[in-house]
Parts: sequence; C-alpha cells; structure tokens
Amino acid sequence: MTAPDLPLWGAVAVVVLAVAGSALSLLGVVGLVRLRTFYERVHAPTLGATLGMALVLAASVLFFTLTERRFMPREILIGLFLTVTTPVTLILLARAALFRDRGEGGEDVPEAGETP
Amino acid sequence: MSGAVLSWGLGVAQLLLVAAMAIAAWRIVRGPRAQDRVLGMDTLYLNAMLLIVVFGVRTGSDLYFEAALIIGMLGFAATVALAKFLMRGEVIE
Repeated sequence: MTAPDLPLWGAVAVVVLAVAGSALSLLGVVGLVRLRTFYERVHAPTLGATLGMALVLAASVLFFTLTERRFMPREILIGLFLTVTTPVTLILLARAALFRDRGEGGEDVPEAGETP
Repeated sequence: MSGAVLSWGLGVAQLLLVAAMAIAAWRIVRGPRAQDRVLGMDTLYLNAMLLIVVFGVRTGSDLYFEAALIIGMLGFAATVALAKFLMRGEVIE
C-alpha cells in the first residue's frame, strides 16, 4: 500500500464515496434475489450500473486528482461507456425474454399492447 | 493516518462488492431460466469492474484503469451476444 501524501480529508472523502457506491451496488444486487419475476429483476442491478458506478468512479477520480496534483478525468471514459451500453444490453435482454415467454405462453407475461 | 483510513475503508468497499458478486453468482447458478443467468452474468461483470477500480485506488497504480475499461467492454459484448442468441438461436446471421 503506497500511502501517498494525501490529506486526511481527502482520504475520508475517497473512502466515503467508494463505500457509498459499493453499498448501492450491493443493494441493487439484493434486488436480484428478492424480486419475484424476471421483468422485475431486470430493473434491480441498474442501481449499481448508474449511481453506484458513478460514486466509485468519482472516488477514483478524486484519489488520482489529489495524488497526481492535476485533474485526472480518465474514469469518465468508463462512466460514459457504461451509461451508453447498459440500457442497450438490458433492453435487448428484456426483449429476448419477452420473445421466449410469448413463444411458450407463460402466465405472468406482459400483454402485447400494454404500456409499461 | 490517511493511509490507514484508505486501507480500511477501501477494504470495506471491496468486501461489499465481493458480496454483491457472490449474490450475482448465486443467481447465475439458480436460474431459473436462461435470461436470469444472463442478467446475473451482466451484474457480475459490472461488480467485477467496480472491484478492479477500487483495487486501482488502493494500490495507487494506473494499470487497473485499463483492465476495468476492457472488462466493461467485454461485459457489454458478451451480454449483447447472449441476448441475441436467446432471441434468434444464433449470434451472427
């Protein structure tokens, strides 16, 4: 562990951001277990994919900005990429699940004309 | 002092992320259907990427950033390919 010349307030801020983001991701994943149907479960992990991801990446940006003594916004690249791709993957997955469920005629499948 | 705060606090964050990965792996094992397993795998990828970012902060090394970026891209490609497979039965038509 390289304990750099980081001020105490900086270390506390980095830790608070990282722990808050991780706790939000964990909360979202708990929804993966607790919710009943697939169409409810597909919403749960996005809590980690949006705010949890943003807080952890903000902790990383803050840490490297304080230790390198200049603004290091590299992690914004990851954030931008995830923000663009997460809705695409989850909509594709939900449509695939809908296609499979309609083909088999399950019980709690959303109707064709139903607005979500 | 700030080294101890960083070490312990980031250790707690890593424990939370590992717990999230364990729960996602449980969803992959349990199913009950293929789309649930794909959703669990997507969540597992996301949490692994966040874990590697936290590793990068803990060690102060630049290399972990690139690993996290590549894992994020691989997760996107894998989930899209699996969703396409579930819908069509093949990935490239």
